[in-house]
Amino acid sequence: MFPTLLFYFFAGTLIAAALGVILARNPVYSALLLVLCFFNSAVIWLLLDAEFLGIVLVLVYVGAVMVLFLFVVMMLDVNLEELRKGLASYWPLAVAVAGFVVFAMINVIMVKHLGGMSMRTAPPLAVNYSNTRELGTALFTQYSYPAQIAAVILLVASVAAIVLTLRRRTGGKPQDIAKQVAVRAKDRVRIVKMASEKRQ
Amino acid sequence: MWEWSPLRDWVSGIITPYWTYPFLLIVQTLIVVTCLILTMAFYTLAERKVIGWIQARRGPNRIGGLLIPGLAQPFADVVKLMFKEIIIPADANGFLFRLAPFLALVPSLAIWAVIPFAPEHAFANIDAGLLYILAMTSMGVYGVILAGWAANSKYAFLGAMRSAAQIVAYEIAMGFAMVGVLMAAGSLNVGEIIRAQQGLFGWNWTWLFPMLMVYFISGVAETNRAPFDVAEGESEIVAGFHVDYSGMAFALFFIAEYVNMILISALTVIFFFGGWLSPFDGWLPADSWLAAPGFFWFGLKTLVPMFSFLWLRATFPRYRYDQIMRLGWKALIPVTLVWLLVEGFMVYFQVGPWKGHL
Repeated sequence: MFPTLLFYFFAGTLIAAALGVILARNPVYSALLLVLCFFNSAVIWLLLDAEFLGIVLVLVYVGAVMVLFLFVVMMLDVNLEELRKGLASYWPLAVAVAGFVVFAMINVIMVKHLGGMSMRTAPPLAVNYSNTRELGTALFTQYSYPAQIAAVILLVASVAAIVLTLRRRTGGKPQDIAKQVAVRAKDRVRIVKMASEKRQ
Repeated sequence: MWEWSPLRDWVSGIITPYWTYPFLLIVQTLIVVTCLILTMAFYTLAERKVIGWIQARRGPNRIGGLLIPGLAQPFADVVKLMFKEIIIPADANGFLFRLAPFLALVPSLAIWAVIPFAPEHAFANIDAGLLYILAMTSMGVYGVILAGWAANSKYAFLGAMRSAAQIVAYEIAMGFAMVGVLMAAGSLNVGEIIRAQQGLFGWNWTWLFPMLMVYFISGVAETNRAPFDVAEGESEIVAGFHVDYSGMAFALFFIAEYVNMILISALTVIFFFGGWLSPFDGWLPADSWLAAPGFFWFGLKTLVPMFSFLWLRATFPRYRYDQIMRLGWKALIPVTLVWLLVEGFMVYFQVGPWKGHL
């Protein structure tokens, strides 16, 4: 009873926040509402005993990805008028895409012969069930190679992103920190011994 | 949380059993939060006193009567901040400007839910405690960014940018240091991490010494404390992200920063110095009170990193921004990566604390 109430509360908030993401006029509010979306889906995962997934969602998306999103949104002066211009001509396409996604979701959830699960309660979990341990075992035994390959692809992508955006400005005066760290006092300061002078 | 029977008996006598548990939880939360805020208040006094002594000054010594001059200084500060007007700049985003202090404070208090103060004395004994700690620490950055942006001021925004970039960068090194800890414990549960450390020289600080260094340095950087406090470098950007805040709104940022410092100290103790375990465990007979684990040891040990925060601030000059980024990315992260590899070999060949681990 109580978990069901919680579920409806968080699911309702999730949908409202998701609507807010696309309806908010201020892009900063959109990004923040997306954070709220992630948070609510994390809570729903927690309600399903998938604590690892829930917390990792908060850690990765809320803690890192959305921070960078917010950065970009705040730094760039987004011209909303410009963005909203083509809205009317795009909406049939948008509706088509949304319709297809809804259709696919219904298929996955409802239709059995497509491999979808029927809508029934999951079997109760063992008392000492640990979502973290189960996921770790699966990831590092059964799916070891796919996990490694995914990691390498991500690494290549991040290196590529850095290389693509790296540009050296000519005429800049960057400091060579290694040189600065290596400096010793005797390179910079000369101690002079002077006899004290009489006051004039 | 803890089975404090007089309170529980009294409560269950006057309300229905169904509400006893939530009621107790709320009472215990209030107790812990009050203690935290009091610790934080006296920590600010300690900071001013300790830095004063290090710099051959007296520090605050007016308010507080004859016993210890300056003892009531934090309360005087609170009263002063409470009676100040909270000014909201004309072109600020009012809603986010008001929301930001709470976003800074709430995560720093929420983490204490999984901190075990003594054996079996934690609010939530959850399996993925370490992950929860990481996730909540990363939430704290929102308060900083939103405060900087909502104030609609260049100084505040620059401070927020610096601080956010710094927090995101040092979180990686911090996460890797935590990976080292969880490899040693074989668990993400905070209580298990403490129990896996046996004896003074079996605590994680011996085998994971580089991780300890990286963790504490990243912790100092995460809390934006000196020498990593470019986010509020007063000579360049006045006070950073909270430049436009006044009164209690500013105080909330202040509380969040100090609670975070206490938290980082507590976590350093939990991860590397055996949490509530006694340092005399195994040296003295087991029935001696010195060898017994408990809150006494946890509190006492937490004071050491807390003091180090102040010591660092009084000793080191501020880092330059590019030096901070260099230290984070090019020094701390490689150190953790190398040590993770070393640790992997130690686990594989069952060296040291990993004897008979597999």
